[in-house]
Amino acid sequence: MSLAELICPAGTPAALRTAVDAGADAVYCGFQDATNARNFPGLNFTPEELEEAVAYAHARGAKVLLALNTYPPAGKVDLWRQAADSGARFGVDAFIVADMGVADYIARNHPGVRLHLSVQAAASSPEAIRYYAQHFGVKRVVLPRILTIPEIRKIRQEIPCEIETFIFGNHGLMVEGRCSLTNYLTGQSTNMDGVCSPASEVEYIRDEATGTMSSCLGGFTIDRFGPEEKAGYPTICKGRYTAPHRPEGYYAFEEPVSLNLSRLLPDLIGAGVHAFKIEGRQRSKAYVRSVVSAFRRAVDDIRAGRAANIEDLVALTEGQKQTQGAFETKKWR
Amino acid sequence: MTVEHGATLPPRPPGAGALARLASSMAQPILGRIARRVAARHASLFARLGAHQNTDYVIDPVELPFALHLRPDPQALLFRAVPRDALPAAGATIRGRFLMLLELLDAEVDGDAAFFSRDLEITGDTEAVVRLRNALDDVDGSIAEEAAAMFGPPGRAILGHLRRKYSDDAMPRGE
Amino acid sequence: MAVTDMTKLTLGPIAYHWSGEERRDFYARIADEAPVDEVYLGEVICSKRAPFHEADLPDTIERLERAGKTVIVSSLAEVMLARERKATADLAEMDSPEIELNNAAGLFARGKRPHRVGPFLNAYNEATIAWMAGQGATHVTLPAELPRAAIAVAAGAARDLGLGVELQVFGRAPLAVSARCYHARAHGRTKDNCQFVCEQDPDGMPLATRDDHPILRVNGIQTQSESYVDLLPEAGEISAMGVTHLRLMPQAVDMVEVAWAFRDVLDGACTVADADARLRALCGATGLSNGFYFGTAGYRRIEAAAPA
Repeated sequence: MSLAELICPAGTPAALRTAVDAGADAVYCGFQDATNARNFPGLNFTPEELEEAVAYAHARGAKVLLALNTYPPAGKVDLWRQAADSGARFGVDAFIVADMGVADYIARNHPGVRLHLSVQAAASSPEAIRYYAQHFGVKRVVLPRILTIPEIRKIRQEIPCEIETFIFGNHGLMVEGRCSLTNYLTGQSTNMDGVCSPASEVEYIRDEATGTMSSCLGGFTIDRFGPEEKAGYPTICKGRYTAPHRPEGYYAFEEPVSLNLSRLLPDLIGAGVHAFKIEGRQRSKAYVRSVVSAFRRAVDDIRAGRAANIEDLVALTEGQKQTQGAFETKKWR
Repeated sequence: MTVEHGATLPPRPPGAGALARLASSMAQPILGRIARRVAARHASLFARLGAHQNTDYVIDPVELPFALHLRPDPQALLFRAVPRDALPAAGATIRGRFLMLLELLDAEVDGDAAFFSRDLEITGDTEAVVRLRNALDDVDGSIAEEAAAMFGPPGRAILGHLRRKYSDDAMPRGE
Repeated sequence: MAVTDMTKLTLGPIAYHWSGEERRDFYARIADEAPVDEVYLGEVICSKRAPFHEADLPDTIERLERAGKTVIVSSLAEVMLARERKATADLAEMDSPEIELNNAAGLFARGKRPHRVGPFLNAYNEATIAWMAGQGATHVTLPAELPRAAIAVAAGAARDLGLGVELQVFGRAPLAVSARCYHARAHGRTKDNCQFVCEQDPDGMPLATRDDHPILRVNGIQTQSESYVDLLPEAGEISAMGVTHLRLMPQAVDMVEVAWAFRDVLDGACTVADADARLRALCGATGLSNGFYFGTAGYRRIEAAAPA
């Protein structure tokens, strides 16, 4: 199983079991704290739950990757070190890291555990990737969702480690690990606290007279949806704003839309991509079951030399719309 | 609380008056039993609720004659039917069609997808809703089936009937 | 005030697409009149803009150095395309002046030769700073969103390692970068076909919510805060924590006078209240914020009694 591994999200132990049972080659997850970038209320794993999850996955031939992919603020690094120590004790198969201090700690203290470079590290060139491979022994890089397939192919030829790309889910617009938009409006940081548009700061306000719904973050109106319009996450980069020459309001960054590269899987494999990542630790078991099952079938078909029959996954996508984003064409930029 | 409805949600009965009160009182003992049973069998979900164990949730199935009031406090669990003119001050309100809410409960449908499609409405404390959703999502198996099974074959028959009745106009499905 | 009058003021790299003429005039005035000790040059945001002012760079460096300023050349924050990789590699070969790296590609090319770590390299904590120091970093600019308690720990650690420590104290906060150009998008174009429309907005393109609250600024691939960060009232405390350099980001206001407001406070030449009043007058209608420093929403302005 070295080619086209399917890397699947798990926000809860039940979701992890669902992903494993649906055919995940590996599941990624995190603790219930700021050490990972999906530090959402009610989500993630206690140490005991992670230990059991590793046993469940390993018994069925699946790997567990622990996300430690946030940036510890000075004075709080110990929380990340302890998380790494726990993960190593439970036998996780890899750590997904972004911060150089965290990477250095793991490389020195847990040299037997693989290091994967998180998308939060924003390594988008062969040189940047080689920096992490050279110094921390990073075995795999999760590429930012900003590269075309020919660009990925070129990078693959110039780096000494595996490539993992996102194939489905939330379509990040900003360079991950370099975005403080949420902190600017809420006081909670994506990099340091692992939150993006935290639910505690989100409010939906419905205007009874018109049927419009406003989604608000930190008291700011990020978007307004007409009664028939599909909605999206209340994230700043998917909001509608006005500019001096756009008084009508427009999606200044991106529309509510999800990434779906199901049709590009053969091309990605051809470009040398080693692992396919499905986004969505914050999503439900229903999402995990449907998306993982669909991509399991597709990847198996492609590997067996059959034409993949890609199901229409659009109902699960944000704004009920999907895109191939930067992977398809430079014009996305 | 108003009786207005979103454009993508169907009209609803007024949910007030004598009929609503009668329906609520008939549903009450059943709801209490269901809640106690689920709480006993899935104690771990309370940990995921954190401080929202004390939040008053109003679950509003738009086509039923009453709404549901949930306070998931393990020490004093509350799950009751309430006429819409007697709703408590809600920390968070979750509104949608009954079967979709049932499917959300069982993680058969994805809550985010239902929200994107505007079939699910959330007002009040969004974090409370997210916590409840994540807590319920970590429960293995079907809470609806468990509840139905408590009432033997008639319970299962009612659930089956409900699912058939709604399946024609069901929401975008998770699978 | 022994600590603060040794604190250096720096002028960060121009984030916007100012014309060659505007830049020449700007730096001539900085050289002659601004009480800043160090000036960062170079294009950090968009590699397409770099050719417009590369030719002027040697003259600008010479002009500033003649005026007694230390000059540092900053590298691109985002490195993906061939021209960005080449620009970064070329910069990393420079021996003089000093260089500031904003991307790990630059760290790779630089090896252990001395360099400064820029604000886009995510030096959030003492472990990372220690790692970077071991790899040749001489100076580190902390992320703009770092709160006070973390700044204190990070600055202490950096100082113990013999590094300079810098923090942005004025100007729009850098909030995000993207592969996509939002200036081009706003005008129905793509990045490859942008026609340098960002030149129209020397202080960024304002975005407001649909209920008319100004909230963000677009600067090409970068998203910035609507408000100017203003840590003038906190400058004394920041210096006392061990931050050695205070960074002023160039905005479309009188930057010479902005620099004087900070210098006067650091030198004890005027009260914080007077200097802050001058700064507010210089910034016109633009909001001033210090929320990140106080660990709250970045756009907020916390009125705290500043220590003398």
